[in-house]
Amino acid sequence: MHTKTLAELSRGLAAGDFSSTELTQSYLTRIQTLDSQFNSFITVTADTALAQAAAADQRRAAGDADPLSGIPLAHKDIFCTRGVRTSCGSKMLDNFVAPYDATVIEKFNAAGAVSLGKTNMDEFAMGSSNESSFYGAVRNPWNRDCVPGGSSGGSAAAIAARLAPGATGTDTGGSIRQPAALCGITGIKPTYGRVSRYGMIAFASSLDQGGPMARTAEDCALLLNCMAGFDPKDSTSIERAVPDYSATLNDNLDGLKIGLPKEYFSDAVDPRIATAVQAAIKELEALGATIKEISLPNTQLCIPAYYVLAPAEASSNLSRFDGVRYGYRCANPVDLEDLYKRSRGEGFGAEVKRRILIGAYALSAGYYDAYYLKAQKIRRLIQQEFVSALNEVDIIMGPTTPHPAFRIGEKSNDPVAMYLEDIFTLSVNLAGLPGLSTPVGFAGGLPVGLQMIGNYWSEARLLNVAHRLQQATDWHQQSPATI
Amino acid sequence: MQWETVIGLEIHCQLATASKIFSGASTAFGAEPNTQACAVDLALPGTLPVFNEKALEMAVKFGLAIDAEIGRKSVFDRKNYFYPDLPKGYQTSQLAFPIVGQGHVDIQLDDGSSKRIGVTRAHLEEDAGKSLHEDFHGMTGIDLNRAGTPLIEIVSEPDIRSAKEAVAYAKKIHAIVTALGISDGDMSQGSFRCDVNVSIRPKGSEQLGTRTETKNLNSFKFMEDAIKLEVERQIDVLEDGGSIVQETRLYNGDTKEARSMRSKEEANDYRYFPCPDLLPIHIDEAYIAAVRATLPELPDDRIARFKEQYGLSINDANALAPSKPTADFFETLVNYLGGEAGDPKLAANWITGELAMLLNSSGKEISDSPVTALTMGLLISRIKDKTISGNAAKSVLKSMWNGEGSADEVIEAKGLKQVTDSGAIEAIVDQVIAGATAQVAQYQAAEPDKRGKMLGFFMGQVMKVSGGKANPGQVNQMLKRKLDALCD
Amino acid sequence: MSLDRTEVEKIAHLARLQINDADIPAYAQNLSNILALVDQMQALDTQAIEPMANPHDATQRLRADRVTETDQREQLQAGAPAVENGLFLVPKVIE
Repeated sequence: MHTKTLAELSRGLAAGDFSSTELTQSYLTRIQTLDSQFNSFITVTADTALAQAAAADQRRAAGDADPLSGIPLAHKDIFCTRGVRTSCGSKMLDNFVAPYDATVIEKFNAAGAVSLGKTNMDEFAMGSSNESSFYGAVRNPWNRDCVPGGSSGGSAAAIAARLAPGATGTDTGGSIRQPAALCGITGIKPTYGRVSRYGMIAFASSLDQGGPMARTAEDCALLLNCMAGFDPKDSTSIERAVPDYSATLNDNLDGLKIGLPKEYFSDAVDPRIATAVQAAIKELEALGATIKEISLPNTQLCIPAYYVLAPAEASSNLSRFDGVRYGYRCANPVDLEDLYKRSRGEGFGAEVKRRILIGAYALSAGYYDAYYLKAQKIRRLIQQEFVSALNEVDIIMGPTTPHPAFRIGEKSNDPVAMYLEDIFTLSVNLAGLPGLSTPVGFAGGLPVGLQMIGNYWSEARLLNVAHRLQQATDWHQQSPATI
Repeated sequence: MQWETVIGLEIHCQLATASKIFSGASTAFGAEPNTQACAVDLALPGTLPVFNEKALEMAVKFGLAIDAEIGRKSVFDRKNYFYPDLPKGYQTSQLAFPIVGQGHVDIQLDDGSSKRIGVTRAHLEEDAGKSLHEDFHGMTGIDLNRAGTPLIEIVSEPDIRSAKEAVAYAKKIHAIVTALGISDGDMSQGSFRCDVNVSIRPKGSEQLGTRTETKNLNSFKFMEDAIKLEVERQIDVLEDGGSIVQETRLYNGDTKEARSMRSKEEANDYRYFPCPDLLPIHIDEAYIAAVRATLPELPDDRIARFKEQYGLSINDANALAPSKPTADFFETLVNYLGGEAGDPKLAANWITGELAMLLNSSGKEISDSPVTALTMGLLISRIKDKTISGNAAKSVLKSMWNGEGSADEVIEAKGLKQVTDSGAIEAIVDQVIAGATAQVAQYQAAEPDKRGKMLGFFMGQVMKVSGGKANPGQVNQMLKRKLDALCD
Repeated sequence: MSLDRTEVEKIAHLARLQINDADIPAYAQNLSNILALVDQMQALDTQAIEPMANPHDATQRLRADRVTETDQREQLQAGAPAVENGLFLVPKVIE
């Protein structure tokens, strides 16, 4: 069963080929046997999962079933799940049992999906390698000495290792797309405001978006159908009808105009990645698309702009973690200052502390204009650049990352080197546009991802193009030898 | 050295919404700790704010009432600092784009003249929780029920020049927010909190001196005393050759002393930036017009109306019109007594005179008066229908105040009915005149224009014999008639 | 732009983060590297550009003024580090 895609499993359940209970038990057993190799789960909720599966089977027997009924999913440990530890990959929340469900979780529960557990992630979503988690690094199923990417590394690894057919992730600067690329799976970050952020622990409020991760675009469409939609509890959630993303997957690509920014194909990109990406684009041409070279001259500036804005918002969002009402509290605080400083000093890891410090600095008196305001202006420039380009072409494409998965520990001493790996994904969050990553080959046995960036609200088109590409290739069907 | 005092006021006024500014928890006062603090108020991970439309409406109402610019676009900013009663580690407030801009209010000075005090701005923000310091064996207890209650912070221009002006300004703002129904104005419950910024400078100087801030004054009396104390202190310091340290001070109304708060090592860097969880508020002309249409009568408008409609003097209008409970009492009373034609002046006198004395000595507000407008109306109508004299009515009022019964019951019980029967009065008058031969002779001997003053003796005698019950007006007329008749 | 020890200590205090003395130099170095990266922004003239806070230029939605939350004190305080009589406890605060 674990070799099937989520969509195939959904059809299998509908056909009565197996029950949700069997399916769920099968995944739980796989997790138990295999996850020690990958460390992709922080919490496994076996009892609840089986109860949910049983309930789904009953509903199906009564003739009431939706596409996701009884489908086991894994959720990034950034989504609050009632009654279950929600750690955000941090010691700060190791003892935090959420008293409520995130809106995304409520939606999946209403759809009858099964929750296998909470996946590992970079602490507070800050990272591109899943090495900063309090619960230890996640290992890439394609090569256990390598990182799976981050911050949704646990979700990506779980899917690649076939420990779950689908998972949720979040993406602030690439945290769905980059691990999807490094693990050879599909992932999409929707338009900002498409998916509710209520109950999704905030990193950078104006950049964060939750989204689906799975083996195929078809799978992601099913998941996004459930996740997307207006939420009155989130003021940044946009009121806009959700199309049926599954309905247009097979639309043809005639006349599709693809833009290739020359800045995305520089010497800085591993040549094997460039080759794989070019081959995929050729496939799309064969399907009817036309190519146009474009330029996004301010691409490089996305890195400094992001590394001011995201930490600045994070420094404020993380102030609530103070040892007073929930979460980690240091032992025997002597006074209030001590309570704050030691609870936060001991509860947060080094990368989180670095970003809080940079963020606080960027907002502090005397530096606000030079850093925060400047970054907001660059953000506008980057958006304008994209919008302008998307008037000429329908979808912008390029490699998701400049390099394939690096070795665990290789970049963890050099934060800036790590940040530079995000060059192709950051600007998409800054502009709030939707972005998708789909597998297109390998470099030295490690997966390569192609990124597609569309105009606002064009998730359906992105999924359609990725689906058509997946029908013409089989990269997304490959699985790691280790499994 | 002649010193001039410069004062600015910052008033934090809680808005009387049912739910919080950014969450659906209740704002009701007095609940058990943390029973009105939901996940959003507790700043649980993943929670987000959604803005209360009533808070916006109330803020706009206030802006319109003080003739201020209304921000067509306003933005919420985060003010970042750490304190246990601030769950998110930041307060959502407004910095660069407040909902209300420049406005003004007019206050009445002692000499009856009017002075305009500028209001720099008023912005929306959320209140913090409360800290309880006693009874927790070395710990402090935090109650977050109040966290998230909507506030408007009203900032005055430094146009105020004395403690009295400060109180007049604060009372005016208080009257406006209560008249608008946007706040219950209960200072003892913390719905209306005043911070004063005080500085002094040599008279004639244009430069502002260093100012100190005294926070959380929760009565007008304390405000006046605190300001006076601080001005004296600053004068002493400067005249001794010292300089004023910019600091925050706390005033203790019971001990009548003030002290500096524990000084902070450095001024707080609040790192303000626009809150990314909230979007800019855009309001248009149609919205503003709709809010304007709901404005009730404002204090200044009512003062003008009372002068016009009831022919009240400026002093009476100022005493009765600004505060709605007093104004309502007056109008109920006047209507009982027959409206504009029914002697508004009499009603005004009774409220500003006898009733005010009773309210002041008991410390009660007019809305808690045991004597209502209607019962007072009945009492006054007993004067008008001559059942009792004006003097007797004063004692009846006191008895009613003390719960001894209605006007009629007290009049009956104390036998205060005045005598109006002319025959009875005549009998007493004749009796008195007959027994006061010396005074009658003096009356006859006096110049006609001096006789009026001598009536007093005879009046007193008649009132004594009648036990105070004879109708003074009738007695006076009769005495004059009979005594004058003896003079020809 | 490079940060020295004092500046790191100042920001750490603002952010209420305790950093071990021995770690301060490494933080200072890392933060300085990040700031060097971020200073690349200064090369561009952005005088005429409007800052962008939200991708959609959307405006704030308003919520009806209704009490929708009931007393959930027990559930919400279940994981609190220190609670007594319904109050969250912290070391005594002196005003």
